[in-house]
Amino acid sequence: MIANLVQLAAEEEQNPLLPPGPELLVGTIAFAIVFFFFWKKLLPNINKVLEERRAAIEGGIEEAETMKVEAQSVLEQYKAQLAEARHEAARLRQEAQEQGAALIAEMRAEGQRQREEIVAAGHAQIEADRKAAASALRQDVGKLATELAGKLVGESLEDHARQSRVIDRFLDELDQKAEAAR
Amino acid sequence: MSDNGCGFPAPGLHSFLFQPIATVGGFEFNKVMLLALITTVLVIGFFYAAFGKAKVVPGKLQMVGEAGYDFVRRGIVYETLGKKEGEKYVPFMVSLFFFIWIMNIWSVIPLAQFPVSSIIAYPMVLAAIVYITWVALTFKRHGFVGAFKNFTGYDKSLGAVLPLVMVIEFFSNLLVRPFTHAVRLFANMFAGHLMLVMFTVASWYLLNGWMIPAAGVSFAMTMAMIVFELFVQAVQAYVFVLLACSYIQGALAEHH
Repeated sequence: MIANLVQLAAEEEQNPLLPPGPELLVGTIAFAIVFFFFWKKLLPNINKVLEERRAAIEGGIEEAETMKVEAQSVLEQYKAQLAEARHEAARLRQEAQEQGAALIAEMRAEGQRQREEIVAAGHAQIEADRKAAASALRQDVGKLATELAGKLVGESLEDHARQSRVIDRFLDELDQKAEAAR
Repeated sequence: MSDNGCGFPAPGLHSFLFQPIATVGGFEFNKVMLLALITTVLVIGFFYAAFGKAKVVPGKLQMVGEAGYDFVRRGIVYETLGKKEGEKYVPFMVSLFFFIWIMNIWSVIPLAQFPVSSIIAYPMVLAAIVYITWVALTFKRHGFVGAFKNFTGYDKSLGAVLPLVMVIEFFSNLLVRPFTHAVRLFANMFAGHLMLVMFTVASWYLLNGWMIPAAGVSFAMTMAMIVFELFVQAVQAYVFVLLACSYIQGALAEHH
């Protein structure tokens, strides 16, 4: 302990709170150099880069924003076009349906008309045939009857005018009967 | 080294005295001065490597540098002074922080093993620069009377005790503040160095015979102290810069 005190006494002239002059100078110079470099060179350097980076990031964000807006508008456009196309398709379908229906109706009417024409023509043809057949038949039957009668009576009655009247009268009676039966 | 009876070379004030390693024209150049200058070279060297050719897409070194820069700029300066007022002081605070931190770190670097800031001259220089900065700023901002009110915490509502408050504030702001600012850093580093030296010397001194286990304990304490000192070194650098910022903030503040 005493030795300690002696040591302290010996060091009394050394006060740790009193700065040695040369150290003050060295400290000032050392710090001044650091400060000067940071102030003039290094921090402006890095600040410029940080600013550039910030601008780049902001620019990127902006670009993304515009692209998003653009994409949105394109999407809207497509949607509108799609809706329009759908509408158009529906309209066309409707039109086609209407046209189809009209066409079918028309065809049906035409068919009906043609059918009626054909039927009418058929009827006329049949009527004509029937008339022709009837007149032919009438002649044939008259002839046959006359021949038969001639044969039966053994003499020719062909020139006899009455003969034809008789036959015609007979046939008319037949016709009337047929009419009545129908 | 002194003999105190048992031969234990206890650390003391003599641990903070260095023989000059070179004398240039009567100027004695010692180890601590060398370390201070190496600090300058290291700080500038690192940040030059990091920021010298700074790129928008940073490399690893630049990223580390930016993290440190951002820590001081955003974490200390913008926090206390705001972005608008603080921008001007960023270079000063950044250089202050890294200069002090590296000066402190020498404490645990092999071969150096001495915190430059445990020599009062270095913290004193830095505290003086901060002091001049904020005092000058106060005069510039508030004029002579305004600055005086700022220094003394002039506030009419205090009434009768105002003179007393003014004396105390004046004393505390203009005289005690720079002293505590420097001594806070100095004393922390001084004490830390003493602890490290003591445990280091003790683990060597105790390394004989039946005392060997005690040497082990002492060595473990040395390791623990190194980790603790690393923490204290960073904290003290941070505190020094934070206080510098808060002094400047006080100078900028409108007196109430």
